[in-house]
Amino acid sequence: MSKKKGSTQVTIFPDWCKGCGICAAFCPGKVMIVDQTGKAKVVREEECINCGFCELHCPDFAIMVSPKNGAPERDAAQDDGPAAPAPAPEAAPAPTAPVPKAAASKAKAQKTAAKKAPAKKAAQRDPNKKA
Amino acid sequence: MSEVTQLIHQYLRHNKKFPHVLCPGCGHGIAMGSIVRSVHAQGWSKDDVVVVAGIGCSGRIAVYMDFNTVHTTHGRALTFATGIKMAKPEMHVIVIMGDGDALSIGGNHLIHAARKNIGLTAIILNNNIYGMTGGQCSSTTPTGDFSMTTPYGQLEKSFDIVELARAAGANFVARGTAFHAQQLDRIMTTAFGRPGFNLVEVFTPCHTQYGRKNKFKNPVEMYKHISKTTMPLEAWSKLEPEKRAERTPVGVFVERDEPGLEERYMEMKKKLLGSAQ
Repeated sequence: MSKKKGSTQVTIFPDWCKGCGICAAFCPGKVMIVDQTGKAKVVREEECINCGFCELHCPDFAIMVSPKNGAPERDAAQDDGPAAPAPAPEAAPAPTAPVPKAAASKAKAQKTAAKKAPAKKAAQRDPNKKA
Repeated sequence: MSEVTQLIHQYLRHNKKFPHVLCPGCGHGIAMGSIVRSVHAQGWSKDDVVVVAGIGCSGRIAVYMDFNTVHTTHGRALTFATGIKMAKPEMHVIVIMGDGDALSIGGNHLIHAARKNIGLTAIILNNNIYGMTGGQCSSTTPTGDFSMTTPYGQLEKSFDIVELARAAGANFVARGTAFHAQQLDRIMTTAFGRPGFNLVEVFTPCHTQYGRKNKFKNPVEMYKHISKTTMPLEAWSKLEPEKRAERTPVGVFVERDEPGLEERYMEMKKKLLGSAQ
């Protein structure tokens, strides 16, 4: 996905968020704040430039930045993230936990197939379920 | 970027209680994510990876990750890992230790593992303090800093992990920080793919124990401090000597290509078997 404003959706899993404030403090677009309940909250989603800082630096794995409906997919060349030298994500070993597997593979299938499928469904997944 | 969080969730044990026990804003969580991404970048199967952890905050990381994991006794993570690697040389062994675990209680094991050049990757999460046991000063607490047991400032000099490992003969020595996650990913991915003893030191802030004694009121201030006081090794080496003390270099310090102990052992075994026939 290009680094264009407004082409991403930022999802926070409140059950996993501890409200440390790293995402809110270092976000270049000030997309998130820590609200009165002590959790991060998305307030200016349209300002997100898809830099990925919050997702890489969330110690609790509680943030997901995903492309919005109909947005173009991020180029592999632009992706300076860690997964660059990685093999295809599909080649990853099968996760044993049933919940994230289903959700993740579903999300991937949706993304690769037509990019039409709502990313929302995938976003509302496992972190809300505590084992 | 959505693949980052999804990927990490694939490698977690979802039958454990989440969110994890680490304090809000603890850099150990970021280091854990970096380990997952680096293992994934290597393309290893979960069954071929062994994660060995000692005691301390860092020890909890092994509990949450869905590999073959051992949560061992205090300071002895490297000894357990040595046994695993010698018995099963095909496994990829990752050892996660804290600074107290690796340098104080298990300091002897660290230098001898580096001397033997046993083929594993040791990750030392350095938060400058004994976080889990209540904030006592550790061997990496910087001189002059405050802790529960040094209320007037630390008098002793602190360990430089990079210099220690270099002198002890480690194959690969690097330092990263939890704030520079992309660089940390690159360092860890390199370290995992190399032979011999690879050591990665990771600066992770402990605002709960170290920060509150040293005027860092929240995790964000600690991350800003890390960002301000570190710089890439290339830029640091160009600095004038008197300015170097203010900054800590981050990057890859040592790269040697010597075969690991288990490779030399297999060679010797083959040679002896051949001469017996």
